[in-house]
This record gives sequence, structure tokens and C-alpha cells, in this order.
Amino acid sequence: MASPTRPYRPEGLDDAFTTGSDAPAPAASPPAPGPAGTPGEAPVALPQLGVAGWLRWGWRQLTSMRVALLLLMLLAVAAVPGTVWPQNAQDPARVQDYLADHPTAGPWLDRLGFFDVYSSVWFSAVYLLLTVSLVGCILPRSRVHLAALRGRPPRTPRRFDRFPAHGRALSDEAPRALVERAAAELRRPWPLLPLVRRHRVDVHDEGGGTWSVAAERGYLRETGNLVFHLALVGLLVCVATGQLLHYRGQVLVVEGRGFANAVVSYDSFEQGTAFRPESLVPFTLRLDEFTSRFDPDTLQSRYFRADVTLTEPGDEPRTHAIEVNRPLQAGGANVYLQGNGYAPDVTVRDATGAVAFAGPVPFLPQDEVYTSRGVVKVPEVATGEQIGIVGFLLPTAEEAAPDLWRSTDPQPEDPVLVLSVWSGNLGLDTGVPQNVYRLDTARMTQAVDADGRPVTLYVRPGETVELPGGLGTFTFEGLPRFAAFDLRHDPALAGVLAFALLAFGGLAVSLFAPRRRLWLRGAPGTGDAAGRTVVTAAGLARGDDLALGGEVGRLLRSVLADPARTPPAGTAARSTPPTDRAPRPGRARS
Amino acid sequence: MTTGDLSTLLVWAAMTALTIALVAWTVDLARIADAATQASRRAVAARGRVGAPAVAVAAVPVGAPVTGGGSGGGSGGADAAGDDPDGFSLTTTTGSGLGRAGDDAPALGRSARAEGIARSTTWLGLVLLALGVVLRGVASGRWPTANMYEFTLVGSLVAVAVLAVVQRRRAVAFLGVLVLGIVVLALALGLLVFFVQADAVQPALDSYWLIIHVGVAISATGVFTVGFGAAVLQMLVDAREEGRSRTRLAAWRVTGPRFAWLAQVPSAQRLEALSFRLNAVGFVLWTFTLIGGAIWAEHAWGRYWGWDPKEVGTFVAWVVYAAYLHARTTRGWNGRRAAWFVVAGYAVVLANFTLVNLVVDGKHSYSGL
Ligand code: HEM
Repeated sequence: MASPTRPYRPEGLDDAFTTGSDAPAPAASPPAPGPAGTPGEAPVALPQLGVAGWLRWGWRQLTSMRVALLLLMLLAVAAVPGTVWPQNAQDPARVQDYLADHPTAGPWLDRLGFFDVYSSVWFSAVYLLLTVSLVGCILPRSRVHLAALRGRPPRTPRRFDRFPAHGRALSDEAPRALVERAAAELRRPWPLLPLVRRHRVDVHDEGGGTWSVAAERGYLRETGNLVFHLALVGLLVCVATGQLLHYRGQVLVVEGRGFANAVVSYDSFEQGTAFRPESLVPFTLRLDEFTSRFDPDTLQSRYFRADVTLTEPGDEPRTHAIEVNRPLQAGGANVYLQGNGYAPDVTVRDATGAVAFAGPVPFLPQDEVYTSRGVVKVPEVATGEQIGIVGFLLPTAEEAAPDLWRSTDPQPEDPVLVLSVWSGNLGLDTGVPQNVYRLDTARMTQAVDADGRPVTLYVRPGETVELPGGLGTFTFEGLPRFAAFDLRHDPALAGVLAFALLAFGGLAVSLFAPRRRLWLRGAPGTGDAAGRTVVTAAGLARGDDLALGGEVGRLLRSVLADPARTPPAGTAARSTPPTDRAPRPGRARS
Repeated sequence: MTTGDLSTLLVWAAMTALTIALVAWTVDLARIADAATQASRRAVAARGRVGAPAVAVAAVPVGAPVTGGGSGGGSGGADAAGDDPDGFSLTTTTGSGLGRAGDDAPALGRSARAEGIARSTTWLGLVLLALGVVLRGVASGRWPTANMYEFTLVGSLVAVAVLAVVQRRRAVAFLGVLVLGIVVLALALGLLVFFVQADAVQPALDSYWLIIHVGVAISATGVFTVGFGAAVLQMLVDAREEGRSRTRLAAWRVTGPRFAWLAQVPSAQRLEALSFRLNAVGFVLWTFTLIGGAIWAEHAWGRYWGWDPKEVGTFVAWVVYAAYLHARTTRGWNGRRAAWFVVAGYAVVLANFTLVNLVVDGKHSYSGL
């Protein structure tokens, strides 16, 4: 395990900042091997690996940078098939179509999980391994970093010339004064944060009249990096928690009607394994009115609003508006407006004149002009066969050609129901769950006229028509709208958001906060410089740091700029910041 | 003429200006390449005359400046400090220091006139495009980031702006050619294929997230474009500096005389730093895109993540760029190898914009084509 004196680095990490910094290394090197037979030492030194050794080796591999990189690449590759093949989670119908179209390849793809990529074994394996790898590499790093947060800047190295940025200058001042000035400069707080010093600074008396200062800044960079990685783990944990505890229900509500928040009320309901249906808050929601607006020229939708009345247990009913992008919070769940359409209110009387069916029937919109399709199933007839009425609702009907009707506007300017009539057995008693929007015509026959052609009924609101074959009558009472709501409850939502933002913040800090070490030494000069002070400075940064050279230059110059010795005119030119030394070809349009 | 038509006209004008800039950069690059190739041939010929063993063209001192101009090689020239009473000197081998002659000095053989034209037409194109985008927003009465045409406009705008800033100090003709090439192509596609009339949006898009999420995503794409350009150049320079070439075709060897101009661009190290900075900015923006998209999806669709094709594409690009950041710090994977991740990441970003919008259908099929 990493000892606190030696920075922990994941296998394979290339990092000049931690490898190339400390000159007085011997102190940190492991103790010389003790005399043979020192208890507890010998077994570790043995070359054989053993099970524990292999495990340790495997762990080291798994938490290495190289494997993390490999797993990241694998994750990227493994995510792609989900966009190439249809997915059961998003569009089961298209998966069925695909299976039908590809009788040989389809089943194989299915077996290998290509239609459920994101819950497949291989995809899960990659991200689970990545998570383990992440945790295994981040925890030790966090421990080391916590220790480093209390540490001091590394001692001034003896030689500066191997550092990526180093400089030299001569001065007439004493080394100590120069170094103290540098230290003061390095300790200067941030302009906006008067209590936070820029660097952590140590001044050393190196003996023989030589003084040096060592400074370090940017612990925040590593902190940000760790926060980022840890937040990713937190994010995964929250997402998984949400998966366990969530529920999601879909319900279609016609104007003037409502529903109660209970599993049975939903058209479809799906829940996490740890969710208990008893915990549903029994609120009721009624759809008072649905409003829609469309662009008059392109007929594209522009605005949808559902005005609802929400009654939470022990509370007064309250009215709210639910819009797309503006869900309503009710009983710990969010209610989203997901769809809308028309639900023609119809009454069917059987041959005896008794009401066999009455109420609104949702028709599902098929296109931009809300040509909607639906089925009226009438199982409860007093005499004769069951009746099925299928057809289309045209909100604004227009007869484009003889017997060819279409809708020209999504709004109900002139609604017409275009229906055909079937009789026989609806098949409701087969035990197989039926799609309410489809008519199973297997055991039914279509009503035909005297010439044997199918009968088509055209019905406007308020009209009553005879059903062919003396089956009874059909009345189109009115045209209320419906709204389709999605309810979702996910208690981990706040956690997901918090960790995502934390990851974002950590990332920004870790990428943009510079981490640097700066050193400056003042030593009595020899040879040519005898009698003066040789000032040297060096800098080291983690990662790319384009300002490093400038920082070293600035540090040197801040020491040299002695207020007591106003620079002669020539000096100004000489001490132009080195970073600006580069000619600017862009400006000079030669 | 309506505001929308005026916007379209401005975009055409911007594309024209940027095409001129593209041509000017190309002329500049051609001049530099010519000069470098000739100098490189002369160097070979000179060696031949001295009677040195005939050197293959590919073995011409690679990476070193061809004529004149400075020290070359990895570590930078120190300040000449001979007559400086303070003995001030500063050396940097990374970051802002000099890598080699090509780093800060203008390229040899460049055409100052072409560069001048390129710069001014780039700025002109930038202004025209910005006006076009603004008018587009005015015409549709909303933020102009709702369909592929508008994505193309704003993405190009950001890419050109970043390019103009990067080129401000040190012009790199190659970068101008590559980035403007992509931008002009994108604008042409936008005007000719993706174009739709300025119009309001459907309810699902009617949200301030249209500004935040989509705007940031497009900006990230613009930044990635220039980062990609820098990475490509970095790989070329690096290959030449190392003396390695993949292709067997003599004319196209990156170590050959045709690529002698690579000595006139900043060192691979400097380009890598540039590419990293741009891609890091892009990555942070992309991360925000991902988070913002999830928040918006939560508002609009009732789930923050649903593996919709667009979400997958964004996620894959994010993972590839994360892999790039890791590769840079992984022993044996940095430098040219890491740059390949940028190429892959940028390819995914582009595919996510084009293929996923046009071919795959998902919840994000709002593009209006
Ligand atoms: C075993 C798993 C992982 C290991 C060992 C690991 C290790 C590291 C290390 C050591 C750094 C610091 C590099 C530097 O100091 O410049 C780093 C940076 C980073 N990591 Fe990871 N990481 C792992 C997983 C992940 C994952 C899963 C992601 C996201 C998908 C990720 C995203 C990042 C990012 C964006 C950076 C910033 C790079 C930079 O500062 O230049 N890491 N990682």
C-alpha cells in the first residue's frame, strides 16, 4: 500500500509532477533491507505469487490507468449497437419487425442481447468493471491527497536546470532579503479572496549565506479531480437507487374525468424491485380542460396545456396547469403531459333500443392533422352478436374525392367519424389481454350493403345513424379531448442532479486550476558574479501549464524590481515580460 | 424582403467571405510548402555535392528548420543575456516557452498578403455570420438553435471565432485551411440541404433549455473543430519529427520533402498543448451538454436518461474524450496516440449531429428535415 511519504500513483500513470520533483530523494526511499530473518519481511520478498499474489496483481491491473483507458474505450464501443439496432426498452414494435424481417440473424442478435444493449451482460460488465476500477484507484489517491493537503512544499531542489521553466538573474542585494521578498510575493492573497494565499510557502536557510524559498499551489486541482471521480461513483449509486425505488405509470384521461393514484388506475405501470405499491400517495387528478394551438400555416403544434384539479389527501382541491416541459408535482411524483387527442363520446343502442355502450372512446392521433384511429367494442348486447365499430376521426373533414375523406386541420372545425361495423365474437373472453385500440376480427364479419360492399358510416356530432343489419343505432354525442399523462416517482433525482453538478464542478477545477511548484534561490555569486547575488528560480507544473514560464519570469522580476533602485530607462526594455517577447506576426502586416 | 431572407443572404455572404479566407490560407500554405520543399531539395543536393553517402529523401533532417531561423530541436533558446547587467535569462521547455523556431516566428516563405487577406475575410465572415444568426433569431422569434440549419450556423460561428482567436498571435496556415474547409463545407450543406424557413418551434422545444443545452452543445462542437485541427497537425508534425511514416507512397510520406513545411509550424508539443486546451474546454462544455440534456429530458419526457440514439451518441463522444484525457496521462499512450482519440471523438460528435439526426429515428428527431 502506498505510504504517505510516497505519492500514490495508479499503475501506468505518466506524471512528471510527482516523478521529477524531489531532489533529496534518499530520505523517502524504503528502508534498507533488514538482516535476514527479520520477522514479517521475508514472505513478502519471496518471488512466488500464490493466490493472494495473483489477486493483488489482478487488482493492480484493474486499477491501472491502462485498463481504465481500455475499459473507457470498451464502454464507448459497447454503447454503439444500441443506436444501430432497435431496442426493446424504447420501441418493442420495431424489434418485432426486425425479428420478422431477419429470421436468421435476428434470433442470434436477440440471444446476444443486441436488442437490450443497456441491460445486457456485456454492457453491464464493462461499466461495473469500470466502476470497480475507478473506486480502486480513487480511494487510495484520496487518502494520499488528504495527507498532502496538510503537507509542506517540497524542499528546494539543488539543481534547477532540469525543470521545464527556470531562470537566472544577478542582483546586488543580500540573498536573504531577496528570498524574503519572493516569499512575500508568493504569499500574496488572491485579489478577490483576501484570506486565501496564492501559494503555500517555506523559506529555507541553506547555509553559507544561501537562502531559498519553496512554494506550491493548486491543491484544488487534485481535489477537483478526485471530486469529479468520486461524484461519478455517487452518480452511479444514485441512478441505481432510483432504479430500485422508482415507479412509472401512464394514464389517459378524458376531459371532465379523473383518476386516482393507484396501480389499478394506470393503463400501464412499471416499478422498481424495491418499490412498494402501498406507498403510493392516493391523490386524485381530474382533467378540466385541454387546450392546444397549432401554427395556422404549417399546422405544426405550438402549445399544449392541460388544466387539472389535483386533490391530495387531507387537502383542498387545487387547480393547476400542466404543460409540456412543465410537469406538476403530486404526491411525490411528477406528472408529465405526454400526449393528447380526441375521445369521441358515443352511445350505442342495440336492436332492442337499450343502451349497450355509452361514454368517450379515445382515438389515437396518427398524423399531424390528428387523423385518429379507434375502436368501439360493444360486448353487452341484449340480443344477437357482439358489435365492434372501428374507424377514424377526422377533426376537420373534407371530401377530397368521392368517398375519399381526409382531415385538413388538427382542430375540430368539422369533425366526422368514418366507421365500419363488425359483428360476431370480440374475443374478450379468450383470456388473452387485448389491445383496446385494435379490433380482433378473427371471429367477426364486416357489415356489407346489398351489393356486398363494406358499409361505411359518416357521423357528425349530434347525429344518430342506424347500424347496418339491424344491429341498432350509433350516436356521436360530442367530442371531448383527452390528455395522456406520465407519472414518475424517483426519490434519487435530487441526488443524481447533485452528483452530476459536483462532477461538473470538479472537472472544471481539475482541468483549469493550475498546479505548480515554484522555487527561488539566492546565493552569493562566484567568478564573474563575485560580490553579487545569483538569483535562480524554477517552476514545475502538473499537466500543461502555458503560464508556467511567465510565472517564473514574474517571480524573478518581482524580486529584482527593487524600489530603492529605480530602473534606468534601458531596464524597462530589458525586463519586458519574456512571454511577450515573441513577435506578433498577426499584428505586423508586413 | 423578410428578415428571414435577409438572414439567409447574410449567411451566403459570410460563406463567400470564408471561402475567400479558405483560398487565401491555402495559397499561404502552398507558398510555405513550396519554399520548404525547395529548401529541403537544396539541402539534399548540397549533401550530395559534398560527397556524403546519398541520403534518401526521407532522411532529410526532419523537424529541424530548413533554413535560417533559430536553434531547432526540443529545448528552447535562452534569452541572449550577454550585455544584461542583471544577467536575466529564462528558459522554458513547455508551455509558453519556445519549442523551436517554428513556434513563435512566422513561417518561412509565407505570403504575408495571403495571410492578411485570410485574416480580414475571416473576421468579415465572422461578423456577417453573427448578423445572420441574430436575424435568424429575430425572424423566428426565438433563440436560433432549433434545427440542423441553425445548428450549422451557430457551430460554424463558434468554430470560426475560436480559429480567429487562435490565429491571432501565430498564424498556422494549415489550421486555417482545415478548419475553414470544414466550416465552408458545413455552411454549404446547411444552406443547400438542411435549410428550413425560420419558424417557431413545437411545444417540446419551447424551453429555455433550448438556449442552454443546445447552445452549449453547438459551441462545444465549434471548439472541438479547432481542437481537432490542432490534433491532426500535431500528429503530422510528430510523425515527421519522429521520422515515421505509414504510407509507402513516396510522395505522401510525411517525412518526405512534400511535407517539409511541417518544420514551419509550432512543435508537436506546442500543438498538443493547444489541442489539449481546446479539447478540454470542449469537454467541459460537452459535460454540461450531457447534464443539461438530462435535466431537460427530465422536464420534457419525464426521464433524465433513456438511451435515445442522440443520448447514446453524446455519451459515446463524452467517453471518447474522457479516454483522450486519460490517454494523455497514461504512460505509452500520450502524444500522437492520444491525438487519435481526438480524431475518434470528433468523428463521433459529427456522426451524432448528422447520422443520428438524419438516419436513426429517436426522440430527438426535431430537426425538421
Ligand atoms: C480506473 C479508473 C480510473 C482511473 C485510474 C483514473 C485515473 C485518473 C487520473 C490519475 C487522472 C489525473 C490525470 C492528471 O492528473 O492529469 C484522471 C483524470 C481524469 N479522469 Fe479518470 N480515472 C478513472 C476513471 C475515470 C472515468 C470512468 C472517467 C469518466 C468517464 C474519468 C474521467 C477523467 C477525466 C475527465 C479526467 C481529467 C483529465 C485531466 O485532468 O486532464 N476517469 N483520471
